[in-house]
Amino acid sequence: MPRTDVMKQKGLTLVDAINEALEQEMHRDSRVVLLGEDVGANGGVFRVTEGLQKIFGKDRVIDTPLAESGIMGTAIGLAMAGMRPIPEIQFDGFLGPAYDQLTNHAARYRTRTRGAITIPLTVRVPVGGGIHAPELHSDSPEAIYAHTPGLKVVMPCTPVDAKGLLTSAIRDPDPVVFFEPKRVYRSFREEVPEEEYTIPIGHAKVVSEGTDLTVITWGASVFECLAAIDKLPEDVSVELIDLRTIYPIDLDTIVQSVQKTGRCVIVHEAPKTSGFGAEISSLIQEHCFLNLKAPVQRVAGFDTVMPYYKLELDYLPDSKRIAESVTQTLAY
Amino acid sequence: MPKKSVYKAEIEYLQVMDEQGVIDAAQSRNTLSDEEILELFKFMQQCRQLDEIAFKLQRSGRMGTYPQNKGQEAAAIGTAYAAKKGQDFLVPCYRENAALFMHGLPMHYVLLHWMGDERGNQIPEGVQQLPLCIPIGTQMLHATGIAWAFKMRKEPKVALTYFGDGATSEGDFHEAMNFASVFQVPCVFICQNNQWAISVPRETQMRSKTVAQKALAYEMPTYQVDGNDLLGVYKIAKECIDRARGGGGPSFIEAVTYRLADHTTADDARRYRDQKEVDAWLGRDPLIRLRKYLETKDLWDETKQKAAEERNKAIVAEVVKTAEGIEKPSFDDIFDFTFAALNPELEKQKRTARTSSLGQDPTQVGLASGEPVHQ
Repeated sequence: MPRTDVMKQKGLTLVDAINEALEQEMHRDSRVVLLGEDVGANGGVFRVTEGLQKIFGKDRVIDTPLAESGIMGTAIGLAMAGMRPIPEIQFDGFLGPAYDQLTNHAARYRTRTRGAITIPLTVRVPVGGGIHAPELHSDSPEAIYAHTPGLKVVMPCTPVDAKGLLTSAIRDPDPVVFFEPKRVYRSFREEVPEEEYTIPIGHAKVVSEGTDLTVITWGASVFECLAAIDKLPEDVSVELIDLRTIYPIDLDTIVQSVQKTGRCVIVHEAPKTSGFGAEISSLIQEHCFLNLKAPVQRVAGFDTVMPYYKLELDYLPDSKRIAESVTQTLAY
Repeated sequence: MPKKSVYKAEIEYLQVMDEQGVIDAAQSRNTLSDEEILELFKFMQQCRQLDEIAFKLQRSGRMGTYPQNKGQEAAAIGTAYAAKKGQDFLVPCYRENAALFMHGLPMHYVLLHWMGDERGNQIPEGVQQLPLCIPIGTQMLHATGIAWAFKMRKEPKVALTYFGDGATSEGDFHEAMNFASVFQVPCVFICQNNQWAISVPRETQMRSKTVAQKALAYEMPTYQVDGNDLLGVYKIAKECIDRARGGGGPSFIEAVTYRLADHTTADDARRYRDQKEVDAWLGRDPLIRLRKYLETKDLWDETKQKAAEERNKAIVAEVVKTAEGIEKPSFDDIFDFTFAALNPELEKQKRTARTSSLGQDPTQVGLASGEPVHQ
């Protein structure tokens, strides 16, 4: 259970676990190819693909020209023709140029061809803030892609979940956007099974069980929530849910929890308005209306452009804001 | 019908001053006077000093990620000097600081940007340039649009845009070039071909033998120049800018140069490139040849060099002091530039520093009177 004590364990980092999943899937399935900017010789700017070109060669770990739309569009073509491409988009903000290919093409092909052409594609994207990065290197656009019919959206935050979910994503018959919270790429290690395994897409994880209030989050915010829970009085019993998959959402886990606790706080880095928290909040009122003891709360990024790093920690929901919101929701 | 050739093209390479600081007399017309060379050399040294110090600031934890400009200053200065300060418009990426400084950007703005402060992008009034552009290749379209507006309003102004070899792989590059060509706008496209897009060398980035030939497809005058030769760069830039100002449309310049440093301070180029290649280019540094030239003309010597180094250290120390003396922006800064006027929800988020409705309105839970949470 990844409470704060997990951070001292030996094992793999998130980066290591993703690398291991890629390597194992590439051994298992010769159709799997990696492509992107600097993924080959350099092993990716975050070193996620480190060493893979040495093992699998330049034909399977491909340094592409510098063109995100080109990477995404040709990956779609590769997928159509029977390959299992894994494009990397170097940073969240650089999904912009690839947006048309991803949302208007990858997401729609199965529907518009009535299943004749499908796009088994896994798009890897480092996501989120908190690492003092330059502009457009710290955004959280998951809601945009969750709002795009035809895309699955995954954002694990632990090494074990990342390896299992990435393996599922690669084997999935449809396009999956696999967001990697860069803030926790190397922040802790965890024992990860050496053999290959899958964690199904669409299943949330109850990180800690509780009875008074449910906190729902994903990505690096999971660890802010853990820190917030540590700040609360010991007799407060919080159930923490790491969504892991944004879409398709695990409604059952959410509903079961909120029907039990009657109170819910949703936490995410992305801006509040039309953030994915809004969808969760709406689902809760649809399914748990009579169980609710307090309004569902959102602790999110502000409805502003992600600030440069001098102010990024003022922007990102921190444990203090989360704890305050939990306290107020409990006191309602 | 027999086959016939429908298109033939040739691209010229220009070098006016070689690596030894020797000027090709036949090419030296319409370049720079010795006085100008001296002044620009001194300016280039100052920019280099800032670049070195910026690197050290990052390494000592006083600044975030920084992309060094080292070795590419001649391409920036030669083009910017050919343009009219306060009139022509610069649209940069992030490796031509010297051009921006030359056209009036205070040096500490660039440091502020990389210190994670948007005020480094708040271009002072009268300075005709856009802020640094972090994503690759998106800015050239803006340059085309700016130049288009100049044309629409019949203003005698030119837009200059800078980008790297990697950027010419982006679709936006080709769209910018095509629009500029179709509408014959006064824009000069300046590719700093520094041979590397992070870890990807130019030969892997493209099969084209030159970057300059990409402009042929857009029927644009196109040139390849030794980008470390200040005089050659200036000469071609002047020709392109004059033509654009006179209604002759856009041009393309491939300045062949080299990224002597890592891509940014977050990069380690030793992982992917041969040090021998770097060493070979160290000798082609624009500062070296300019100094050699000036020394043969008795315009520079070791005493002047020492004095210049002291002066540049003092100037840059002052720039650093200015940048570091600027306090962290206020919390309100996150909000205040989102729109011309904030809507009620943004006002509430700003006032309460909260996004939870109970937090935005604590009276709902009877916890507080609704006083601001932050401050």
